[in-house]
Amino acid sequence: MDKETKKIILDPLVDNNPIGLQVLGVCSALAVTTNLGTALVMSLALTSVTAFSNLSISMIRNHVPSAIRIIVQMTIIASLVIVVDQVLKAYVYDLSKQLSVFVGLIITNCIVMGRAEAFAMKNPPGVSFLDGIGNGLGYSIVLMCVGTFRELFGSGKLFGIEILSTVNDGGWYVPNGLMLLPPSAFFIIGLMIWGVRTWRPTQVEAAEFKIKEVNGTEVA
Amino acid sequence: MPNENEAKPAGKLNFLALSNDSTVKTFIMATLVCLVCAVFVSISAVALKPLQQLNKELDKKKNILQVAGLYQEGDDIEAAFSKIDIKLVDLATGEYTTELDATTYDVRRAAKDPELNVKIVKSDDLASIRVRPKYMPVYQVKEGDIVKQLILPVNGYGLWSTLYGFLAVENDGQTIVGLSYYEHAETPGLGGEVDNPKWKGMWAGKKIYGSEGNVAIDVIKGTVVPGTSGEEFQVDGLAGATLTSRGVGNMLKYWMGANGYQKYLNKIQANGAQ
Repeated sequence: MDKETKKIILDPLVDNNPIGLQVLGVCSALAVTTNLGTALVMSLALTSVTAFSNLSISMIRNHVPSAIRIIVQMTIIASLVIVVDQVLKAYVYDLSKQLSVFVGLIITNCIVMGRAEAFAMKNPPGVSFLDGIGNGLGYSIVLMCVGTFRELFGSGKLFGIEILSTVNDGGWYVPNGLMLLPPSAFFIIGLMIWGVRTWRPTQVEAAEFKIKEVNGTEVA
Repeated sequence: MPNENEAKPAGKLNFLALSNDSTVKTFIMATLVCLVCAVFVSISAVALKPLQQLNKELDKKKNILQVAGLYQEGDDIEAAFSKIDIKLVDLATGEYTTELDATTYDVRRAAKDPELNVKIVKSDDLASIRVRPKYMPVYQVKEGDIVKQLILPVNGYGLWSTLYGFLAVENDGQTIVGLSYYEHAETPGLGGEVDNPKWKGMWAGKKIYGSEGNVAIDVIKGTVVPGTSGEEFQVDGLAGATLTSRGVGNMLKYWMGANGYQKYLNKIQANGAQ
């Protein structure tokens, strides 16, 4: 693998993470991370949709009229999502039941749209495909981290296997109910972004404005 | 330097050579994208449909077996299900009906079909479902010729969603064997705890009807105190899920009541299960 392709795949994992740096696609990260099983299926679904939408959009990029380019992208993405949803319903019925509407909502996920518009419209199919994989993986990493925290502390399990035996099942661990509610994902993602930006200070954006300093008596 | 290729007039067949922003190309591209996508989606939907329906059927059968306590993880669902007979009950009379084929009867389709449904008067609509089918399927678990359990489909509104499930009743038409939901979208960890095996286990042995034939079964707030009167009619509410618990209680009040299976169950209590 040459340097360029490596960069395309690995960059979105930490340095240019779609959730961490660009803060895109957060809503689905809140919804499907109460357990690792759904988080994993969602990650795979989003990664494949991003990769294949990038690939197909890139293939026709020179012939997409700019007036309808967003609609063309949406049509392609929506079709891919429907296909993924059908496949999930056919092969992993239980998980698709838990994911319910969120697979369908990949259509509106900003990561997929963002990559199609920002990358696939300007680059050849091969690298676009890899870019889709890379960004999908970046999303997946965040989802899996959040899912691990939420499932472990919210229900004492990982992938449905008991790690901490909960009081409800006669054990000692009192599950943290907040972990199962969407706000906890906000907190965890926020803390993760803080952590990453402390580790990689280059990710911190420049302040857009400065709050005016005032003396105690002076009115701003 | 004009070569032969560029000199060709950009006819309809050679639309790719048109400017991207021309109206003709915009229409052609839009049509083509739609066509290709539509074919792609249709093929996958049609090809995967049989598998999906099989999954749905199996899931429902698994739930029926689970609520009857006849299923362990890994069992052959079809084989276990062969012990179960399906019959249709006319809720208005409480009698079996053979008007329709019970094995192919689809409850949800019937609930939407004006020929086969009944509108529920608002004051009676405890389960908030607005319409119910005239006929409901009843699954009989048999041992030899004796009916051991009756499994009754129930549905009703919780907090976010309609919960669909099964209530398994002993052949005395009074004692509950279990309650299990196969479809709902309640909050995971709170209302979603209706799937918790421990909570589901609390239903076993509870009684449906009080001494005057009233529907006494209920989900209470908090924990049932052992030894109190009415203990056999009460099940613990789910912590942090008041509305879902209330929905479950109301749903049973409706379905066990005069608009639901009461006539049928009364007959069973009087004559035994057949």
